[in-house]
Amino acid sequence: MSQARHSTARTFGAHAILITYTVIALFPVFVTVINSFKSRKAIFADPLALPGPATFDLVGYQTVLKQGDFFQYFLNSMSVTVVSLFFVLMFGAMAAFALSEYRFRGNLLMGLYLALGIMIPIRLGTVAILQMMVASGLVNTLTALILVYTAQGLPLAVFILSEFMRNVSADLKNAGRIDGLSEYTIFFRLVLPLVRPAMATVAVFTLIPIWNDLWFPLILAPSEATKTITLGSQVFIGQFVTNWNAVLAALSLAIVPVLVLYLIFSRQLIRGITAGAVK
Amino acid sequence: MGTLNLTKVTKSFGATDVIKGVDLTVNDGEFCVFVGPSGCGKSTLLRMIAGLEDVSSGDVMIDGRRVNDVAPAKREIAMVFQSYALYPHLTVRDNMGLALKQAGVPKAEIAQATDKAAAMLSLDALMERRPAELSGGQRQRVAIGRAIVRRPKLFLFDEPLSNLDAALRVQTRIEIARLHRDLGATMIYVTHDQVEAMTLADRIVVLRAGRVEQVGAPMELYNNPANTFVAGFIGSPQMNFLNGEALGLRAATVGVRPEHLTLDRGAGKLVAKVSHLEKLGGETLVYVVNPTHGLITIRLFGEHEFAVDEEISLNYDENKLFFFDEDGQRLY
Repeated sequence: MSQARHSTARTFGAHAILITYTVIALFPVFVTVINSFKSRKAIFADPLALPGPATFDLVGYQTVLKQGDFFQYFLNSMSVTVVSLFFVLMFGAMAAFALSEYRFRGNLLMGLYLALGIMIPIRLGTVAILQMMVASGLVNTLTALILVYTAQGLPLAVFILSEFMRNVSADLKNAGRIDGLSEYTIFFRLVLPLVRPAMATVAVFTLIPIWNDLWFPLILAPSEATKTITLGSQVFIGQFVTNWNAVLAALSLAIVPVLVLYLIFSRQLIRGITAGAVK
Repeated sequence: MGTLNLTKVTKSFGATDVIKGVDLTVNDGEFCVFVGPSGCGKSTLLRMIAGLEDVSSGDVMIDGRRVNDVAPAKREIAMVFQSYALYPHLTVRDNMGLALKQAGVPKAEIAQATDKAAAMLSLDALMERRPAELSGGQRQRVAIGRAIVRRPKLFLFDEPLSNLDAALRVQTRIEIARLHRDLGATMIYVTHDQVEAMTLADRIVVLRAGRVEQVGAPMELYNNPANTFVAGFIGSPQMNFLNGEALGLRAATVGVRPEHLTLDRGAGKLVAKVSHLEKLGGETLVYVVNPTHGLITIRLFGEHEFAVDEEISLNYDENKLFFFDEDGQRLY
């Protein structure tokens, strides 16, 4: 940065704000993780203390791995998230391409209709969705969750991606048309690679709510075979007794996959968010 | 081979008419330039020839075949874009060869065609690079190379020099002219720059607001413009338009080119005050103001010195005047 714009006080202030925010955001995660390594007594005696030699206990993790089929829950969460993400990105990008690239009657209305889902939470339709799933025999299947999450993720995906696709050079697409590329090739080979940062942004914003969701797994797929990790952790929360060690251990474990996915996308994400802002 | 016929071609976006009936024939081997101010529809017309925009009515014929409903790739055309539009994920070689690959041409033939085009444009050393590793001028040469490789019936250029800096623009302009001579191909070139139009064209098509104002060879348009629009658009600096009646001439508007005005320190036909001076070395542009005629430009060769607000008198040769009626149409 240039000397003229550099000020120690300002830099310090900015970092102070950022660090404060980081601490607030990470604190619950930190408490969850440290307490998952402590004995039950230690959790209640001093929740904020780090696990020491006297309080260190892996009983939570042992319970989690012994009781219930946690590996299956992980697998369920993972497949629901990954498959939904794939559909959201593919259909979202295709719809965005059509909206941004082709002139047709009702283009604007269609765009508004697709964006409406950003403002209206899908949970308002839970009863109707449940009726639909019962009628089509999809209750207690992962397909039910995948369908719902795809619908939930599409509006934002279409909205963000169509904005980005409008910025892809029209000349490039036209050059492809003159060279005899099909519209599909233009979409997959020319346009998609150029909006990759936006795709990563959409992926992260779609991924996290799906992974963390408790509502739809609880309603649509509560069976043992289709439980997701967030729902699986709930077995340790009872009406009268809660196995905190196990709950905290399960939640700590649940952070890991989403963290890995986030790290994969984050490099692209930063480029996506700053694209246009910084030329 | 490559002739183009446009018959009563129109284009509307909703209620807006962008192209209002264009009739035009471009002969085989001709270099035809569409020129006009921005928004006159020249790029839209080119894109209609390419098949990137639908034709609302009328016929587009390439080599006698009606191509209104033919896909761009099947029209046997090639286009060079202002923004180069190279495929970012392909090397120079693959960029140039893609169209042939799509058409199912054997590999050996593609390699031969790309190598030949590369040699023509001295791109040999860059063949394995990607577009991101090239400079603007090199990218535009690759884009031109991509067009040559296809051996099209028509070359379409959409303001190909607009993104280049001034020196490179002149150089590439010469290169395109040389290419036209070597290939003998039909080329259609869109620009808003009348200098490019004058230097490259066999024939210039001047467009305004979706209509053809005049078609002709560069010198024909310069010496014999049909109306004030063409007269003002062709030639730089712009033609001066004087009030005919005030000069005692039988025309509403009288046009005189800056290079046809002469300075007369004694008794000229017009008296004006110097308002600004542009010294370019080889020539000097003098801007003078006359109360009846407004700003007048004079182009003098060599170096001259004037003081601002100095009063000077001007002379013109009556044989070099252009006479226009109230509607801007040429009288004689």
